[in-house]
Amino acid sequence: MKEPPKQGIDRGLVVLAAIWAALLLAPAWMPLIGGYTALGTRVLVLGLAAMSLNFLLGFTGVLSFGHAAWFGLGAYGCGLILKYVALSTPLSVLAGTLLGGVMGGLLGALIVRRRGVYFAMVTIAFGQVFYYIAFQWSSLTGGDDGLRPFYRQPLHLWFATVDILNNTTSFYYFVLVCFALAVAAMAFILRSPFGRTMVAIRENERRARFLGIPIELHIWIAFTLSCFFVAYAGTLYALVNNFADPRGLHYSQSGDFVMMAVMGGMRSFWGPLLGAVVFVVLQDYVSSITINWQIYIGIMFVVVVLFFPRGILGAIRRRAAA
Amino acid sequence: MSLLQVKGVSKHFGNLVAVNNISMTVEPGELRAIIGPNGAGKTTFFNLITGFFLPSAGRIIFDGRDITDLLPARRVWAGMARTFQVTEIFPELTVRENLRIAVEAAAGLRLRAWLSQVDDQKIRARISELIGMGGLSAKADRQVGELSHGDQRANEIMMALALKPRLLLLDEPTAGMGDQETYEITHLIRRLHKDSKLTIVLIEHDMRVVFHLADRIMVLDQGKFLAEGTPQEIAANEAVQTAYLGQAA
Repeated sequence: MKEPPKQGIDRGLVVLAAIWAALLLAPAWMPLIGGYTALGTRVLVLGLAAMSLNFLLGFTGVLSFGHAAWFGLGAYGCGLILKYVALSTPLSVLAGTLLGGVMGGLLGALIVRRRGVYFAMVTIAFGQVFYYIAFQWSSLTGGDDGLRPFYRQPLHLWFATVDILNNTTSFYYFVLVCFALAVAAMAFILRSPFGRTMVAIRENERRARFLGIPIELHIWIAFTLSCFFVAYAGTLYALVNNFADPRGLHYSQSGDFVMMAVMGGMRSFWGPLLGAVVFVVLQDYVSSITINWQIYIGIMFVVVVLFFPRGILGAIRRRAAA
Repeated sequence: MSLLQVKGVSKHFGNLVAVNNISMTVEPGELRAIIGPNGAGKTTFFNLITGFFLPSAGRIIFDGRDITDLLPARRVWAGMARTFQVTEIFPELTVRENLRIAVEAAAGLRLRAWLSQVDDQKIRARISELIGMGGLSAKADRQVGELSHGDQRANEIMMALALKPRLLLLDEPTAGMGDQETYEITHLIRRLHKDSKLTIVLIEHDMRVVFHLADRIMVLDQGKFLAEGTPQEIAANEAVQTAYLGQAA
C-alpha cells in the first residue's frame, strides 16, 4: 500500500532540507571525512551537468549521448571570453551558456524526429563534430593542449568584491549559488504544465500525441533547455579548472554524464547528483592509488545497473517506501 | 451537416490492401459501430481517420473541413479524440495526474511554465468532474498501471473526454474484459451518448455490446465495405451472415 500523500510531502521536505543543509555546510564537514572543498565544487558542477542530461533522459525519456558537446561549448565559450574579450566572470558564464544552448537547439531541431538508439547515435555524431573542431582549430582553441591561460575573475557585488580565484571556499559558494539557480529553474519547469507534457511523452508517446501534444516540438524544447543547462554547467567547469579541454566535448565525457545519471537514479530529480558524488569521489580516491581507476567505476556501474536498476536513489526510495 | 465524411479511402502496405475504397458518413449525435471479422481493416480505417496513418487514396472531411493531410495533434485540436485497442495510458502516474495532462492539453496550457490560481482551480474542478464521471473516485490517487483493466479503460476514455471532443473514436473498448467490466464500460458509453449527445464511432467484437449501443452499423470484410444499416438490417443481412459464419456453414 502507498502511504497517504501528506506524509510523503513532509518527508520530501525533510529530504530537501537535508540536501541543502549538506551542500551549504560542505566546506565545514568535508575535511572531517577526508575530503576538500575543491572536490565539492567539482561534484556540484558535474552533478549539475548530469542533472541537466537527466532533465531530458529521466523526465522526457530521450537519451542524448552527445551532451558533452554542449558542456564543452559552454566551457570554451566561457574561456574565450575571459581570454580574448573581457575579464568578467558573469559575462563569460552568460556567453558560454548561450553558445552551447543555441548550438544545441539548432542541431536539436534536425534530430527530434529520431527516436531511441537512432537519436542517441546522431547525438554522438554531432557531438564528435564539435570535439574535432575544438581539437583541430588550434589558433583559436589551443587544440589538443586546450584553451589557456585564463582565470576566473573576482565578483563585483554591490557591497563587496569577492575573490573566487584564490579563495576556494568563496568559489564553492559562488558555484553553489549558480547550481541552486539552475536546479530551481529545472524543478520549476518540471512542475509546470509543460513539464508534465515531458513526463507524458516519457510515459507514453502515442497517448501524448493523441492528447493533442505535438511531440516533436515538446521534445525539441526539452532538449534545448537541457542543452542550455548543461552548457551552463560547462561554463562553471571552465571556471573550476581555469582551462577548457577538448576532451570535455568527447563522447566519453557524455558517457560519464549518462553513467552518473543512471547510477544515481534517473527517475529521481536528485539521483544524478548522487551519481556524481559517487563518480567524482571514487575517481578522486581510486586515481590516487591506481591509474586504472575507470575499471573500478565501471565495476561499480555494472553492479548498480544489475542489482539496482532504478539507481542508488531509486533503491533507497524503494526501501524507505517498504 | 454531417460531422464526419470519409470519401473512398484506401491504405496500401506494399502489396497488401488493408483498406480498399471505403466511405462512411457519420451524423452529429450518432453512435456508429464498425464490425467485421479479424483482418477486416477496422483498426487501419480508424488509424486513417485519426491521422495515425495517411491514406493512400481518398479524402476525410471533418466538420466541413478537409483534414486528410493533418497531423494527429491537429485533428485532436479540431475535435477528435480516440482510445486504442490496447489501452494507452501513463502507467506510472496516478489517475489524477493522467487526467491533468489531458485537461491542461485541452485548455491550451501545454506550453505554460506557470499556472495562475484561477486556471489551477478550473483544472482541478474539471479533473474531479471527469473522475466522478468515470467512476474512479476511490482510485484517483493510485497509479494507473496498478488498476484493473476496466479501470484503466475508464481512465483512457476519460482522458479522451477531457479533450471535449465532438467525435469520440473507441477501438474495441471492451476488448479482453470480463462480463462485469464489459457491462460497466458499455453503460458508460451509453451514458456519454445519451446524456452528453456525444457522437461516437466504435469498433467492437462483442455483438451484445454492438447491438445494445449502435444506431447504425458498418460491416467491413477483408478491407472492403460489406454492408451498412440499422442493427436489425445488419442482423438480417445475408452477406454479413456469410462473412461471419460462411466458412463454418
